[in-house]
Amino acid sequence: MRHQIKSDDLRAPEMAEAIEKCVHCGFCLAACPTYKLLGEEMDSPRGRIYLMKGVLEDRIEADEAQPFIDRCLGCMACVPACPSGVAYGDLLVSYRTLQEQSRQRPLMDGVARRLIIETLPYPRRFRLAMKSGKIGRMLQPFLPEAFASMLNMLPDKLPPPSPLPPILPAQGERRGKVALLSGCVQQALAPQINLAAARVLSANGVEVHIPAGQSCCGSILLHIGAESEARQIARRNFPLMPDDIDAIITTAAGCGSGMKDYELLFKGQTDLHKASDFSSKVKDFSAYLAGLGLREPRGFAAERAVAYQDACHLLHAQGLQSEPRSLLNQVPNLRLVDIPDAGICCGSAGTYNLDQPAIAEELGGQKAGAILAAGPDTVVSGNIGCITQIRKHLDLQGKNLPVMHIAELLWAAYQS
Amino acid sequence: MNRSFFEALRSIYPDDRLLTRDVELLPYESDALTAFQTKPGAVALPIDEEEIIDTVRLCHRMKVPFVARGSGTSLSGGSLPIADGLMIGLNRLNRIKKIDPEQRIAVVEPGVINLHITEAVRQYGLYYAPDPSSQSICTIGGNIAFNSGGAHCLKYGMTSNHVLGMKVVLADGVVTQFGSESIEGVGIGPDLVGLFVGSEGLFGIALEITLRLMPTPQLYRTVMAAYDNLGRAGDAVSMVVASGLLPGAMEIMDRLAIKAAEASVGAGYPLDAEALLIVELEGEALQVEAEFAELRGVIEESGAFEIREAKDEDERARIWQGRKSAFSAVGRLSPDYIVQDGVVPRSRLGEALVKIGELKAQYQLDVANVFHAGDGNLHPLILYNGREPGALEKAEALAGEILAMCVDLGGSITGEHGVGMEKREYLPTMFSPVEMEIMRDLRRAIDPEEIANRGKMFPSGEAPALQMRGMHPLERQGVISRE
Repeated sequence: MRHQIKSDDLRAPEMAEAIEKCVHCGFCLAACPTYKLLGEEMDSPRGRIYLMKGVLEDRIEADEAQPFIDRCLGCMACVPACPSGVAYGDLLVSYRTLQEQSRQRPLMDGVARRLIIETLPYPRRFRLAMKSGKIGRMLQPFLPEAFASMLNMLPDKLPPPSPLPPILPAQGERRGKVALLSGCVQQALAPQINLAAARVLSANGVEVHIPAGQSCCGSILLHIGAESEARQIARRNFPLMPDDIDAIITTAAGCGSGMKDYELLFKGQTDLHKASDFSSKVKDFSAYLAGLGLREPRGFAAERAVAYQDACHLLHAQGLQSEPRSLLNQVPNLRLVDIPDAGICCGSAGTYNLDQPAIAEELGGQKAGAILAAGPDTVVSGNIGCITQIRKHLDLQGKNLPVMHIAELLWAAYQS
Repeated sequence: MNRSFFEALRSIYPDDRLLTRDVELLPYESDALTAFQTKPGAVALPIDEEEIIDTVRLCHRMKVPFVARGSGTSLSGGSLPIADGLMIGLNRLNRIKKIDPEQRIAVVEPGVINLHITEAVRQYGLYYAPDPSSQSICTIGGNIAFNSGGAHCLKYGMTSNHVLGMKVVLADGVVTQFGSESIEGVGIGPDLVGLFVGSEGLFGIALEITLRLMPTPQLYRTVMAAYDNLGRAGDAVSMVVASGLLPGAMEIMDRLAIKAAEASVGAGYPLDAEALLIVELEGEALQVEAEFAELRGVIEESGAFEIREAKDEDERARIWQGRKSAFSAVGRLSPDYIVQDGVVPRSRLGEALVKIGELKAQYQLDVANVFHAGDGNLHPLILYNGREPGALEKAEALAGEILAMCVDLGGSITGEHGVGMEKREYLPTMFSPVEMEIMRDLRRAIDPEEIANRGKMFPSGEAPALQMRGMHPLERQGVISRE
């Protein structure tokens, strides 16, 4: 599309290029969860691109367009659907960052956002927030909606903190050496995921290093346009990773795709090369393991029907579709069942279920329905957000299926 | 739009289904032809046919023009809004109301997405045949308005061959039924379904459409043949036709289109080819196998330097995904382009391709060619950079020459995208003044106020730069020249 963008922002070239590439053909509409749900052009990728273009060209006010941009899940389903190769993710992240600099939020929204920025990336603070959350819940009827939805998301109790070992040696013939990114929210909510991942890797002949003192990778902050905070926290991890590793492994889809975007995040920064070096080593757990080749696990005594729910940031953002499925297919006595429309976002989408609770609820309900239609006895995914969301909505529909990370299921398959 | 019209609209629509703010209207200002932009006065989003009927009647009573829109994928600007007019978004009328596998019909609302019909009837061994490249998102309402085709229309015909009946609201608010559920049709009097299909929204809105379904072919065999020149691929098409075979689809892409589609989809197209011919046979297994042997022979003799068959359904799907993504994929090569849609008699395909090559050189513009070779439907994509002054006009002038060539060769200015905004000035090059007048009279008989999709299809004084008679402004300035 032709455009008249004159912004001198650092990211203007990326934004202009994405807009230029868009030919307004509409192929993305079919892939977009919010377009399917809301049926309005403004809530489609094409419409959002058009709105961002309108703002950058000074045709409309940024705060008028913002509610529609905010409703984007950032699920990236439109990216593989786009024939002309619009880098929608780059556009969205750059645009959000640009707007956040000047955005006026209602007081309470601003406070809630600050709370997210200040707690989610820090496991210790997050634990603390959980405790105060209990108090908060008593006060819930008196709090604005921004807080109410946050409190609803908090689980009743956290598992005890379980520090990860610094090194897990490779078992059998050594086939690789990796560092494991321990992450933030996931490590507080479900520490067993990283532990399972490390054990599976170790059982596959991989030496796993889990450097102490790691921070959040910054992806969740980048997702909400808090760019400088994201950078600040991300660069803390750079010096911690050993040099001679084959990969930096993450067990969270959003972290993986966020770290792959470091080049955009660190554009124009002095440590850009460090960031891109780090970024180039990042691999999702399932991608690394599938590339390495799985040592056959023992499998299960009785057949398990497993549904694999694609995390958007694995499927759409990183193109990982066959890798996790191939791992599961190698487990004896595991039958993979297909979820209809598995590529549609479950509504978790980072902090989306905090920002847009109504749409997140609707998508979560639909996803639970689709999963149940496939008739699994276990649900597996590659991202903590999806796992939490799916578990919640299966519970709401009265179906208490185990929902776990692919690393947990694989570890179970090695143990049984 | 005046206040009383708005007030009346508000009695039909709740606030969240009547868009009036600038920010909500802006994304509706173009369809898939972004060379034209007009912000509508308002967008209404009905959810049932009563609302549509009430809206059309209101527009008729208050003489407010309206445009019906499905997913906004028209390549001819067919769903371009009218300034101060109402846009009626039909995408929420997306119910499949009835499937009758015995009669092989489906009854659908206008906002149903083309591909969703096939997905819904696949379990009965049936499918909906017309397959525009945008079938994953384009709606049946739009398919009807533009009599859409697709790669597989070579064997099965366009949308008009698959619509058995429809309930419509005419532009004057009258609700009526055309056709029936029977494949034989009513059989008496003029074909009113045929009149409505392809009328580009000038007669009203289809509310409920009865479609014909086809049995899913038992077997597909798909072959790709690579050629070192475009003419040879064109000749191969003539050879296939001459052999008496009737493939389901026969498509050609040239080097630029191959490059774009391959970058987009990774279909395994040969990147060293000047032209790629895709031929697909489909039907009963025994027959397809026998025909395929024959087809292979023909293609081997046609001078292809590489011949490849789709090994499985996955490969076949990728070949078609690449072909169907080709238009949009060209966005990778150029910030702007014009998709043309002309038809030449199949026997003159080679001639037309040579001529396009000459024009391309003369205008010094890149042209990517994608076409439904089997039925002579050309889709030259003219690449330009809209930020360069005069580039659009130059591209439009080239597009105009290609269309003139199509008419000269005995073809048509549109195969399947319709006239819309884009080609309305060319209509008189295809039709005599008498024919034009008959069409105008027909239109006025149904829509005396010309409120339905006003300004489309017929030439108008407000026509944009697509003016082909006389010298082009750039010619006058000496920027371009023609012999």
